[in-house]
Amino acid sequence: MNLLLRHIVILPVLVPLLAAAAMLFLAEARRPARVALAIGSVLAQLVTGGMLLFLTSDAAPFIWQEGIGVYAIGDWPAPFGIVLVVDRLAAVMVTLAAVVSLATIVYSISRWDRPGQPFHSLFQLLTMGINGAFLTGDLFSLFVFFEILLAASYGLLLKTVTAPKVKAGMHYIAVNLSGALLFLIGVAMIYGVAGTLNMADLAGRVAALTDADRALFDSGAAILGVAFLVKAGAWPLNFWLPGAYSLASAPVAAAFGMMTKVGLYAVLRVGTILGADERLGAALFYLGLATLVTGAIAMLGAKHLARLVAYSVLASMGILLATLGLQQDVLTSPVMFYMIISVLTAAAFFMLTGMTDRTRITAPETDADDHAVEASQPIYMGYGIKAPSVHREDEDEIGIPIPATMAFLGLMFVCCTLLVTGLPPMPGFVAKFAVLSTAMGTLPAIGGAPGVWMLCGAILLSGLTGVIALSRVGMRLFWGAARITPRLRLLEAAPVAALVLLCLALSIWAAPVNRYLDAAARSLHEPDTYVRVVLEEAR
Amino acid sequence: MEIVYALGIGVLAGSGVWLLLRPRSFQVLMGLALLSYAVNIFIFGMGRLAMHKAPIIEGAAALDSSQYADPVPQALVLTAIVIGFATTALFLVVLLVLRGMTGTDHVDGREPDA
Repeated sequence: MNLLLRHIVILPVLVPLLAAAAMLFLAEARRPARVALAIGSVLAQLVTGGMLLFLTSDAAPFIWQEGIGVYAIGDWPAPFGIVLVVDRLAAVMVTLAAVVSLATIVYSISRWDRPGQPFHSLFQLLTMGINGAFLTGDLFSLFVFFEILLAASYGLLLKTVTAPKVKAGMHYIAVNLSGALLFLIGVAMIYGVAGTLNMADLAGRVAALTDADRALFDSGAAILGVAFLVKAGAWPLNFWLPGAYSLASAPVAAAFGMMTKVGLYAVLRVGTILGADERLGAALFYLGLATLVTGAIAMLGAKHLARLVAYSVLASMGILLATLGLQQDVLTSPVMFYMIISVLTAAAFFMLTGMTDRTRITAPETDADDHAVEASQPIYMGYGIKAPSVHREDEDEIGIPIPATMAFLGLMFVCCTLLVTGLPPMPGFVAKFAVLSTAMGTLPAIGGAPGVWMLCGAILLSGLTGVIALSRVGMRLFWGAARITPRLRLLEAAPVAALVLLCLALSIWAAPVNRYLDAAARSLHEPDTYVRVVLEEAR
Repeated sequence: MEIVYALGIGVLAGSGVWLLLRPRSFQVLMGLALLSYAVNIFIFGMGRLAMHKAPIIEGAAALDSSQYADPVPQALVLTAIVIGFATTALFLVVLLVLRGMTGTDHVDGREPDA
């Protein structure tokens, strides 16, 4: 038990790495073994995440002081070695990643992991990169974990190839490589001026910089911020996102929803430790607002559900960035709650898209392209559906029996719409309400700043456009003519239902969750505690 | 000497950015390669340029840190180069696949209607 406690911080990184390595020894044919390994690894990560949540909370104050666990890799002390740091925010993100990974892997077993490259080992490496990015306390290892997760995502995106997917993939790779180069430039500038890359150590050295050095440091931090925003999908750096996310296969897109939040987490972590100044906050606010507005307008123009969900990811990211840009400490906890909800929503919605695509009779057209569709035979043949189901004209005129699968899909669609647009009783409403009410609550303190009004107006308008866009697509999807009823497997339907139920549970038990997130926000805004614990513990 | 170094980084970065914005996929790849050269040289330069300083401590000599080059930027550069290898190779594969699927090397997957 003591051994487990000592090494628990590195488990979220180590377990998927070992699982991916073990899977490479299994031949392509031994699929049940790989699937078992994948699910075992993700369950282990989920349990570890839960334990980290417990250890960082107030329920276990005797184990880690101040609820921050530090792990020195190779036992090298903090400024010289790389440390992994777990505080409440990191624990929440790791658990969230494990939940989404579990749902995605179960969903993918149904039919998505068969063709193409090894899905499961790439997915394990993706989760390793994501967990590492959340847990690291060092800027350069943040870069390395970013690259691990990006490389795995390139492989997952291009698992099966069609021309529009490869084109979107190439743009995705080119933009993210440029973002990685910007990351390196920012890290190099920060190192050149401060002499260290350990986040805790940096916080101490920043205060001691001369004015000229401080200008260089601020520029380096701004360039680093741009790299994070490329990952997060802020306007105008997000034109790669809708194409890549909408064309990815459903489980891959669900995992991608987690990746934008890695960028947001990096902004939050580096910003709170290094103490961002007002100009960076203002820039973040306007970029977030622009992302929100462009995402909301683009939702109105999207014709297909996958693209619409991709734009909704952008819109929710815009809300998160703009709220962070207001730079009020009380807003951090609503931002975290909204982030959790938006990750779960994106995952459920993308997985739902994978199922609703099968209601089409002909192959889906790719929009924003005038490529001719290579549909030699109707796409539903490939899914084992033998013939279109009997048309409704043959049924009674009085009532049309709704097949159970369509009812289920419709219900899930409605729940996801409520989540995305922020309507009750789903926690999207709770999260948006928390953001709006807390933002308005700061008005007396900051003297009626126009930023808050713009944010509230934009959030409400985005909800409206979301409702309009999603209703239109939903009506066409479920009430339009000539749809076939797909056959759903339990492995596909269960993860989506589970995620929606989890969201509902978050809505009912929002109070304890928000208490934990309030404590997380408080510890986030006391960077001195973080610095002290990291530099002392790892000695 | 520093001016030569800085000019070198500038030329590489400028060429890299220009190539990155070109319409042909191989030009984009070359642009990314030149940019990564520029960034790697920049990271190395953050360790302060000096002559006759190795990052290796020699025997029983007194440990005066000003006699040695900073090893951390060199380690950062090595990591960045290795990651750059892998991503360049990946990009090249995607480039070839796109060329195969669309029959053109334009980054948009089709020739512009001009």
